[in-house]
Amino acid sequence: MADFGFTIIKPRVIDYDSNDRRIAEYIFEREPSFRLCIECGACSATCSAGNFTRFSLREFNILLKRGENSYVKNELKKCMLCGKCTLVCPRGVNTRNVISLAQEAFIKLNGHEV
Amino acid sequence: MNSEGKKRIWSEYQKEIADDHFFYVRSCIRQSFFPGSEQFFLNFMRKDLGKDVFENPSHTTCTGIGYHGDIVPFSTTMTVVARHFALMKESGYKNIAISCVTSFGIYTEILETWKHFPEELEKTREYLYKATGREFDIPENMAHTSDIIYKFRDEISARAKYPLINRMTGEPLKVVEHIGCHYSKMFPKYGIGGAEFPRVLSGMIESWGGEVVDYPERRHCCGFGFRQYLVQANRGYSLSNTYKKFNSMKPYKPDLIITNCPGCNMFMDKWQYTIKAMEGTTFGSAGDSIPVLTYEEVAGLVLGYSPWDLGLQYHMVQSEPLLRKMGVDFNPDDKYKTKDGKNMPVPQNLINS
Amino acid sequence: MMEGKSVVVVGGGAAGMEAAGQLAKAGARVTIVEKESETGGHVSKWCYLFPDRRKSTEVIQYLNSQINQKNITLLTGEEVNLVEKKGGRFILTTSNGKELDADAVVLATGFDLFRSERKEEYGYGIYENVITSADLEVMFKKGEIRLTNGGVPQKIGFIHCVGSRDEKVGNLYCSKLCCVTAVKQAIEIKEFLKEARIFCFYMDMRMGGALYEELYHEAQVKHGISFIRGKVSEVSQTIDHRLVVKAEDTLAGRPLRMEIDMLVLMAGMEMSQGGKRIAQNSRIKTGENRFFLPADHHFGGNKSNVRGIYFAGACAAPMNITETISHARSAVQDVITYLSDGKQ
Repeated sequence: MADFGFTIIKPRVIDYDSNDRRIAEYIFEREPSFRLCIECGACSATCSAGNFTRFSLREFNILLKRGENSYVKNELKKCMLCGKCTLVCPRGVNTRNVISLAQEAFIKLNGHEV
Repeated sequence: MNSEGKKRIWSEYQKEIADDHFFYVRSCIRQSFFPGSEQFFLNFMRKDLGKDVFENPSHTTCTGIGYHGDIVPFSTTMTVVARHFALMKESGYKNIAISCVTSFGIYTEILETWKHFPEELEKTREYLYKATGREFDIPENMAHTSDIIYKFRDEISARAKYPLINRMTGEPLKVVEHIGCHYSKMFPKYGIGGAEFPRVLSGMIESWGGEVVDYPERRHCCGFGFRQYLVQANRGYSLSNTYKKFNSMKPYKPDLIITNCPGCNMFMDKWQYTIKAMEGTTFGSAGDSIPVLTYEEVAGLVLGYSPWDLGLQYHMVQSEPLLRKMGVDFNPDDKYKTKDGKNMPVPQNLINS
Repeated sequence: MMEGKSVVVVGGGAAGMEAAGQLAKAGARVTIVEKESETGGHVSKWCYLFPDRRKSTEVIQYLNSQINQKNITLLTGEEVNLVEKKGGRFILTTSNGKELDADAVVLATGFDLFRSERKEEYGYGIYENVITSADLEVMFKKGEIRLTNGGVPQKIGFIHCVGSRDEKVGNLYCSKLCCVTAVKQAIEIKEFLKEARIFCFYMDMRMGGALYEELYHEAQVKHGISFIRGKVSEVSQTIDHRLVVKAEDTLAGRPLRMEIDMLVLMAGMEMSQGGKRIAQNSRIKTGENRFFLPADHHFGGNKSNVRGIYFAGACAAPMNITETISHARSAVQDVITYLSDGKQ
């Protein structure tokens, strides 16, 4: 095929309908408080990992809900599970459990259990 | 889809279009890429309708490409356009007919600027006078050439030889219309039908028997941009926008794309070639690409002008599948012949031919 | 002290009915002028109310009982065009050419719903299954939520701030009720259609009223309603007649595209045409938002620029029913003070 020195760019759009939201659904079912997240950013402001890396739990949460799983899977490792996010959350989201459940869901997804 | 809702919007965005005595201003690119379009406009207006359309040979670019490419400052653009107005005044005309959507956008932007910042108008008068000794008036009536064709669309329909109907099936042709961002997105009131549901091209299509395709990405930019396509490395950005539109219109199996703007036509036409060459994808029915014509070329076809006189062979995507659907009587042997019967060089790699 | 005094109340919605009822109780002779054939205004078009989902008919019942007094005269199918003050009294001219005489006037002309077709990009009146919050209430009253083809919608979107906080339509203000209405309606849809997925597209969630935030909480956790922060910029239609919504998911910082079956536009509130006409003809001041302008925002919320003319309810600013009723009562207080002051 011809090479013109430029390419067709993949859209940045979140294509909600074709994204896989099984990981999010898995968490919603087991940790309903996750639905309450309004992405205020209190968690990421205080996050141990977020102070030294690009990790943002706020961004993580929203992209997890949208089914942007490859991003989520990659970011997941950065959390140090310190629990400060849960402490500061004004909506009472058990953020630490969200991380653990995401971890679990990805393992099960690989084993086709989700 | 409810057409009453659209009609209500259209009734809110009507504009007065002069009936005669036009000062015609040219585009930079359309004479080179599809020269029959302008020829049709001038011939149709002058010969078919008997209108007075005047061209002044001293007219230049509006600087639109340079302005949007970040190399011409706005004050310069305003002065250049002021010079066009001066030429119009000197030639004794008050109605301007602009044949390019980029220019049309530039003119509307300037008129609005002068309205809201009268000091800019005064400065422009001064710049022009100092530079050229010329003085100008603001046009009494400003129309894009498609506005004028829109105005006379029913006259064309009354004389139609080949309406936009598939002769094989009797069904209306499915037509995508693309008005170009600068026709009305900046100032909806200057466009017939506004910006969200523009009427200028859809009105022609319906008048000539076709069916307008309202696909999800209808309102998206063709991807032309200016600073984007000028740099080779950035062209993927331009291409990707067009790609997105093509994918969105593909399920409707359009027979034809009608464009308002020379830039959109060039990109929607040539990017189909590029995409096909890059990844083999086509967007029309039966593996064809979709012919991309100007409203004037389509008007010419409808009136029975020869497709080769209209210059359809100058496009990258060839129109033969469309001509066959419309039942247009054409001689393939004349396609690359000059008027005096000489053979022109035949381009390679044309698609749909 | 109000015996023998006559007051005309312009508008027979919640504000006008409450004001009329309180004035009559205080002893005044009251005439309500209502442009429709029946009283009740916008409340009567709603099915259930926020935040507690009480039936609107209960509020209507209460309001009807307020105006069911012998010293209240009801004039329906008639509009007031002009209010003139002459020698300390008021003459109101109606659309039927009648002249009404009054010692004081309460303007309770309410609001008009924003005409959603003005937001052309959403295609109201063009694309099938783009409806307004008011249309949805009609469906609730009928007891079924259906697509134009008779099908059941599976995926429903709400667009907040249609005609509110929008410079393009000349409305900079917040209509205040639409956020909570969207949440209420989203929950109601979930109760009709258990399997439906619902998405609210908002600019800010303005849940400032009593029990509003709690309702929002319930919508999220109990009903699984999704809230996406981003103003929808454009709606279009697919070949299968589904609606395509384009928004930015501003909290993700990326554009978002979604296909849905039905879209509900949360139409805002605007000064009513009737109110505008009275303001213009009678030189009653209006604010930049075109609603009647209170003489003082802190302690003159019912006072107009003309002594003896008072505002009640949403003709002065967007307000909910609770606020409307309180506002009407305080208008009555002002009328009583004015009339017992000996009309200075």
